[in-house]
This record gives sequence, structure tokens and C-alpha cells, in this order.
Amino acid sequence: MSHHDPSRTADLLARLLGPAEPELTCEECFQELDRYVELELAGRDADATVPGMRPHLEGCPACREDHDSLAALLTAESP
Amino acid sequence: MLRVEPAPVAASVAGSAVPEAPTSVDKRGTDAESLGWVEALSGAGRRRDDAVEALHALLLRAARFEVARRGGGRSGELDDLAMQAADDALMAVMRKLHTYRGESRFTTWAYKFALLEAAVKVRRRAWHGHEVPLEADGWAQLADRRSSPDADAETSELIGAVCDGIAEVLTPHQRTVLVALTLNDVPIDVLADRLGTTRGALYKTLHDARRKLRARLSEDGFALESTTQGERS
Repeated sequence: MSHHDPSRTADLLARLLGPAEPELTCEECFQELDRYVELELAGRDADATVPGMRPHLEGCPACREDHDSLAALLTAESP
Repeated sequence: MLRVEPAPVAASVAGSAVPEAPTSVDKRGTDAESLGWVEALSGAGRRRDDAVEALHALLLRAARFEVARRGGGRSGELDDLAMQAADDALMAVMRKLHTYRGESRFTTWAYKFALLEAAVKVRRRAWHGHEVPLEADGWAQLADRRSSPDADAETSELIGAVCDGIAEVLTPHQRTVLVALTLNDVPIDVLADRLGTTRGALYKTLHDARRKLRARLSEDGFALESTTQGERS
């Protein structure tokens, strides 16, 4: 991939500008994370149940990592 | 792949009578195993001690899972990190036990504390002894994109407007935080440590900076329909 790849420029702008939608705070994200991930893995509409979570995960890399780790752990321990 | 076995105490307490649970737990929607955990951890004596020991083992497995996912270190050192994360997570879980509302399995709720502690420790370790990149490094990266031959006229114009907005509408603190987190990829926990603040406070600063930037771009006539594309109206 080129250093000047247009998709990387788009990604850079996305990181700078963040999500446009209303989002949770990091504290609210942590409070809701367990419920949200369980709903996701169960195939339920997690975004409708926890509004603001998806934009926050798009805008906050650390909370995104926490989300991905919890999802990976639950997936690893499921039968 | 790590397989997390059910904690022995969970199996034992799940089958026992659950006379009382903390008022924060919705008994109607919470599974018996989760209620058993809360009951045992809220109790006293040998049963509580056994539950705490089993909880620590569960948290340690989660912390090891997270440390292994991130890798990058000697196994003994990483195991120490996982143990520290499990110890800190245990304290956090016990301190926050009254806030468990039963909206997920208790083990899922507890896991997130161990994963958070492990992730923060791994990030801090990776940055230990490293200087946080200077703000100028991030600016150079942005200017580089602006003048890239691959950037079309609209993108160059948008990046230019973003640069102007960062320079003109953000406070020095907002600028420092925005550039460090989004351009220089400094982990938010690491930056919080260096600036003597918290992850939540830093994200609030980032959020406010982004909002001001978006408002400025909107005033400049850029229609930001998504987070990645801007089109001048």
C-alpha cells in the first residue's frame, strides 16, 4: 500500500473528525460493554438497545480494542 | 485458542438456594449462575473466600488471554503483567459489585475489568521509556497528505481546511490532545498518564475538539456526510 493511498487519507480524516452521531462517553461505554457484546454475539440488535455505542467505538480506538477483546474472549470460550 | 472453563464455584453456587441478591440485580432476567456468583461474593466466610479465589482465577485467564492477544514480550514478564491485571481487576470487581445489574452474565461483566486492566498495562509497558511524539510530527503528516500527488483537489482543500481549523479554533490543550491521539497514535491511557488526567477526561477533550472542527468545516461550506468524506457545497 502506498504511503499516499487515498484510503489512508480518508482514514486519517475519519480519525481527526470522529463520528458525527451522538456517542456515549468512555465511562458509559465501559458500563454497557458487556451487555452490548452479548447482544451482538447473540445476533440481536445491540445498537438499538445501546444507542450511541457504535459511534463511540468508531471514534475511540481504546474502547474499540476493549470491545474486540471481550468479543474474542466470549467467542473463544463458547462451545 | 484459549478455552475458559466454567469456574468451579459458579457451578457449586448455581445449584444452591439464593435467598437474597443485591437490589441492583434484576432476578427475573438474570441467570442462576450469575445470581450465584453475586450471592457468594456478597456473603461471608468460607463460601465467599472460595468465590473470591475462583473469581481471581477467572480474571487471570481473561488477563492472560488479552496479554497473549497483544503479545510482544518475554513470557515471564507477560505473565507478571497478567497477574497484576488480575489482582487489580479483582479489586475493581469487588468494589463495583453493587453496580452489577444482571443485564449480562456475571462472568462477562467481570471479564471486562480484567481485559481493561490487561490492555492498559500492555499499552503502558509498550510506551515505557518512550517520548510521546511532538505535535509537529503530526502536523507534518497532515501537510504531507495535503500535498500528496494522489490527493484530489477536494481532498487537498478539505485537509487544508482541517489544518486551518485545528490552528484557529482549538485551544492549545485541545490541539495537543487531538494531534497526539489521532495523528501520532498515542494510546489514550498513555497520554492520560503523561498529562496527569484520565481517559474519560481526555476523550471529552477530543470530542469537544472534533465538534469544534466539524462546526468550522461546516461554516466553511464542507458537507460532512460521513466521517471520511467531505464535499464542498
